[in-house]
Amino acid sequence: MNKRAIVALKFAVWLVCLAPLALLVYRGFTNNLGPDPTATVTHATGFATLRLLVISLAITPLRRLSPRLSWLVRFRRLLGLFAFFYGCLHLLTYLWLYSGFNVSAMVDDIAKRRYIMAGMAAWLLLVPLAATSTNWSIRKLGGKRWQALHRLAYVSAICGVIHYWWIVKSGVRTPITITLILAVLLLARVVWSVRQRATRQAGVVTAG
Amino acid sequence: MKKTKNIPYSEITPKSDYLNRRAFMTGAAALGVAGLLDSRQSMADATKMQTVKSPLSTSGLTPTSYKDITSYNNFYEFGVEKDNPAQNAGKMKTRPWKVTVDGLVKQKKTVSIEELLSFKPIEERVYRHRCVEAWSMVVPWAGYSLSELINWAEPLPKAKYVQFLSLEDASVMPGLREINLNWPYSEGLRMDEAMHPLTLLTFGLYGEVLPNQDGAPVRVVIPWKYGFKSAKSIVKIHFTSDQPRTAWNDMAPQEYGFYSNVNPNVDHPRWSQKSERRIGAPIFSQRQPTLMFNGYGDQVASLYNGMDLKKNF
Repeated sequence: MNKRAIVALKFAVWLVCLAPLALLVYRGFTNNLGPDPTATVTHATGFATLRLLVISLAITPLRRLSPRLSWLVRFRRLLGLFAFFYGCLHLLTYLWLYSGFNVSAMVDDIAKRRYIMAGMAAWLLLVPLAATSTNWSIRKLGGKRWQALHRLAYVSAICGVIHYWWIVKSGVRTPITITLILAVLLLARVVWSVRQRATRQAGVVTAG
Repeated sequence: MKKTKNIPYSEITPKSDYLNRRAFMTGAAALGVAGLLDSRQSMADATKMQTVKSPLSTSGLTPTSYKDITSYNNFYEFGVEKDNPAQNAGKMKTRPWKVTVDGLVKQKKTVSIEELLSFKPIEERVYRHRCVEAWSMVVPWAGYSLSELINWAEPLPKAKYVQFLSLEDASVMPGLREINLNWPYSEGLRMDEAMHPLTLLTFGLYGEVLPNQDGAPVRVVIPWKYGFKSAKSIVKIHFTSDQPRTAWNDMAPQEYGFYSNVNPNVDHPRWSQKSERRIGAPIFSQRQPTLMFNGYGDQVASLYNGMDLKKNF
């Protein structure tokens, strides 16, 4: 991929990532947020967060399929930060439209509701990742430590999926698709690391 | 069943209050643009019902729009998303339709929807409607008190509960395979709840026959209970001595109690019931406090005297 293609693609990714927000703003201004506007905004921002997070987590497994896909990594930070951005908007809908910024009601609510706890955990886990998303942070932390820290993205996505399962009515299976995709991505990493270890060990034996 | 006498015209609810859109439709049709007004089409297709006013109707409320009432539905037989019932319920055939009344009754009976419709005058009852998911509407239902039908059914003294069973037809209900509820959908009431005049055997809304997605051709509405208690598209009414099984209670008894009275002081285990989102309201003024017994406490609180409502949620 040449530089120009990357720039063009980045522009396209920006557009796609901003589309859910643009759609909400447009629907808001045209008074077209549906019968339950609070739920519309909550669902749209929640779905955007989870989907972008899972897409950003797909980059590494996809890249490993072929060396020719190595350029994909240049989109990971962008996708991750957009996931965090929508996560913040999603949290804001809770703070504003559900709790009316009433702190005591919120504390009571968070302590009692496990789905809010799971969602809160998912968001909190993304905070250090967003904060250390700069090249400077990678240099400062060192590649290994930075990488270890950013594995929290998986924990965050798992919390996000649990949050989703805990809010739907019992018996409703709509969260199954995103759960399976996340499971496949996790499994791909496990398979890859097991194979890496095997290759390394084989290397050691040959060398010996 | 005996037929009702003709209703004096003076008692018929003036339609103009909420049906100004009809005039708009006529005008639009005259201009040849009716095809553009898809959202109004369901309204135009619906059939009018003659309704009489009722003292049991809740006054001082602005009904939710016909469009929202008929496009934002929980009717899991037709899918879990709110717009699924409006998309999928059209295939359900509501004629011919029969309702069987059996169990602890003098004699098992089957009654046709036409007989039910002409049994008593159809009253307009504006009720608050509160979903367990913490959203709410105001619906101008059309029907008569369920007690009228129960009296006709002649339950035996042993009968302490009524169970409602909804239609289960996989050929028109894609949701039956999607969601593993214990089908057919069933709901139930204690006899005194079922006999309460507010409990409505419902055939219509906004002075029109019920659209399929709202539970056509006949459903119950119990305004002081969470919406899922109000069974839709009923094919059987069954009288029992023991508390009957109910669909959501089977699925998650810790979340959906048999009583399920609207109660802001008893939270759902996973979310608060203190407030609700009014459907159709602007985003920043949607939230409003939830009322005990959904605002019908004066009429129904005595049904639960001496009962611990936290335990019997």
